[in-house]
Amino acid sequence: MSEEMQAVFGEQEDTQKDKYLTFCIGSEAYAIEIRFVTEIIGIQPITEVPELPEYIRGIINLRGKIIPVMDVRLRFKKPFKDYNDRTCIIVVDIGAVSIGFIVDTVSEVLLIPEAEIVNPPEISKGGNRYIKGIGKAGSEVKLILDCDRLINEDDMECLEKLI
Amino acid sequence: MSDFVNYCREPMLEMYIFEANQLMEQLEEILLNCEKACGISKDNINEIFRIMHTIKGSSAMMMFSNIASVSHNVEDLFYFIREKYPQHFDCTKICDLIFAAMDFIKRQICLIEAGKPADEDEAPLAERIKEYLEEIKKTGHSSGQQECASRFKDKKEEQEAQKFYISKYEANQRPEKKYSAKIFFADDCQMENIRAFTVVHNLKEHCREICHLPEDLFNNDSSREYIVKNGFTIYMVSDLSYEELLKLLNEALFVKQVELKETEQFDLLISEPESESIPADKDNAEKTRTGERKSFEASETEDSARNIRQNLISVNIQKLDKLMDIVGELVIAESMVTHNPDLEGLQLDNFNKSARQLAKLTDELQDIVMSIRMLPVAATFNKMHRIVRDMSKKLGKEVKLLVAGEETEVDKNIIDHLSDPLMHLVRNAIDHGIETPQQREACGKPREGSILMEARNEGSDVVVTIKDDGKGLDREKILERAVTNGLINKDAGMTDREIFNLIMLPGFSTKEAVTEFSGRGVGMDVVLKNIEAVGGTVCVDSVKGKGTAITLRIPLTLAIIDGMNIGVGKARYTIPINSIRESFRPVESQLISDPDGNEMIMVRGQCYPIIRLHERFKVETDVKDFTKGILIMAEQEGKTACIFADELLGQQQVVVKALPDYIKRRRDIPGLSGCTLLGDGSISLIIHIGGLLKERMQKERNKK
Repeated sequence: MSEEMQAVFGEQEDTQKDKYLTFCIGSEAYAIEIRFVTEIIGIQPITEVPELPEYIRGIINLRGKIIPVMDVRLRFKKPFKDYNDRTCIIVVDIGAVSIGFIVDTVSEVLLIPEAEIVNPPEISKGGNRYIKGIGKAGSEVKLILDCDRLINEDDMECLEKLI
Repeated sequence: MSDFVNYCREPMLEMYIFEANQLMEQLEEILLNCEKACGISKDNINEIFRIMHTIKGSSAMMMFSNIASVSHNVEDLFYFIREKYPQHFDCTKICDLIFAAMDFIKRQICLIEAGKPADEDEAPLAERIKEYLEEIKKTGHSSGQQECASRFKDKKEEQEAQKFYISKYEANQRPEKKYSAKIFFADDCQMENIRAFTVVHNLKEHCREICHLPEDLFNNDSSREYIVKNGFTIYMVSDLSYEELLKLLNEALFVKQVELKETEQFDLLISEPESESIPADKDNAEKTRTGERKSFEASETEDSARNIRQNLISVNIQKLDKLMDIVGELVIAESMVTHNPDLEGLQLDNFNKSARQLAKLTDELQDIVMSIRMLPVAATFNKMHRIVRDMSKKLGKEVKLLVAGEETEVDKNIIDHLSDPLMHLVRNAIDHGIETPQQREACGKPREGSILMEARNEGSDVVVTIKDDGKGLDREKILERAVTNGLINKDAGMTDREIFNLIMLPGFSTKEAVTEFSGRGVGMDVVLKNIEAVGGTVCVDSVKGKGTAITLRIPLTLAIIDGMNIGVGKARYTIPINSIRESFRPVESQLISDPDGNEMIMVRGQCYPIIRLHERFKVETDVKDFTKGILIMAEQEGKTACIFADELLGQQQVVVKALPDYIKRRRDIPGLSGCTLLGDGSISLIIHIGGLLKERMQKERNKK
């Protein structure tokens, strides 16, 4: 899998615009901007760190670098699913933060032009705050994640919990 | 001086700054020693001369003319001292002068480093040095001349016995040829004599014999004018071909034009231009030539000194970080290979042998890489000598600085954060703490006050203590001041320690008058900020009339510690070995539990709280009975507790890594001070005993 991805990266390295890495959680397909993605690795032994929210599974050793990993499934309040050999960790670099996202499977890199992206409907109260937009690729629909929010907006949640 | 071939300015500038800083440090050490010994030994004179000479040369090349000029003046002074060795010169006066020169150069280098133009006016300082040179010249001349003359003669004879300068090239015998070269430097390149010297220096490697005109490059301003007007003439014997030599000459900086000629009559040429250009009798010429030979020797020793210095190289710290990561990977890869499941059940004698060898090597490599980042605090401590010297002189106090534990190694990052606080603390100790000699004698203390600066490792911390035997802090005065400033209530019921800690608040000073050194109330604030920046604490203790001790406690965030790895369920934890007192399996009868469910254990008549790690960190484990697992008694910051774990896994040197920022931002976990990588690549969390205890105490307090 990762070799395939590497190949894809190699070909399209010249421009990262409008390119998205798509992955699945359950039946939904999500996408994140390719420029954030550093690498994709298989599931690793995770060291648990106490006193953290459940969705932060702990820390992993990525070639000597210690990075936290977040289970996106739990982040979206979906039931926990055992990790298997299809489970991947997408390592992203956002600002100064390196973090790994645990996802069910990684699918492919897609080109979604800006014109094909629409804003999410404003229905639920904050339910889709991690979704930046909805991309159309052929007949499928990809939910484009707002990485920044995914990482940084949990302080709010902590506060809510306290209250 | 091989740098001169390097044209690229940036690495050259970096090199220059690095070198200059290093030389300044050396110089400072020498001067302080001299002052202590109340005299400058011959070796020291030579060393100072060499340092100034190198700085002058490189500064001139880098076009920092003010530095060059100051160092040139100092060099002149020491040239005189070295040659004439006047018996009566005032050592302290010289030291003061050199210190002033040194500070000047340091300031300039700071400016250069900051990318600003270093253009401070050097004239007053240069003038001072010149004046002093004249002064000792006058006094030293009459008496010293006779003696000098005879000494000089001795030297000459000595050198007669020695051969000409023999360079390394002697090994490969190639036919030698004689050349003469005339070099013209670019207009306005300035310091032509220095540039000429550089050329000669470069040639020295390749030529057996060199003579040049004008002979005296340094101490004669007229030689510069001569070079500008008539060009710089060199006669040399070399095994290089014409082309090679021409290339070499053209390589020098600012060379406009080179006329290189092969010649047969070498000896004739030497005396000929001499007699026509600079009027000098034969004896004089002889003398200058021996002088020239001597300077070669000097530069040869300089070269060897340089070789020693080059045993140290400066490396970007990021490269070291990377190296450390890679070695960590290597260790993991190694254990993955040697413990590969495919090998299970096979009889592999040879493989195991080689694997052991590999393991040994990787271990060694890891040790070395880890030790690279560590620096002894000695360099930082030694800087304080200068401050003590300057201040005690200015304030008329007698202070001696004692240093202990300077070999304690601290991570480079932490050293950088240590130097400023130490400076402020030493200043405070001298200015506020130590009394004047008269006052001290009246109190029955020795005239000379002492400041003890001590570093030691304690648990996972480095503890630096600065202790003076001065008058101590005035509790009442601090309290009064704090109340008037509205910092505290009058009867807040504070302990001595809490009151003393008030002095670290910004803007807090009990001193009435602001002096050059202290009294603005900034110092202690700087100390606190700096130490807190690396996650440390500052603590003040004082006894009135006896002295003050300030303790800095800095965690070794990036440093290596000896750790004991313990296992709880599947999780691994590391406890700094220095904080472990003992570990044991308890007997049922020792265990006590109070009505609140707090568990305690009685050991040798003392009662200690027990912290169950699996409960505290919510780890699943089968070992919940105390008699099945193990208790580790640990102590930190004066508090002791027993930690309950499943098993001990063994001792290991570990590199402390900080938890990812993301996690720290989410939540500060007081019981953990970081994490580390174990040999098999898994992560172990480092337990912060102090944090655990604090947390527990808070919980208990909340309960009450």
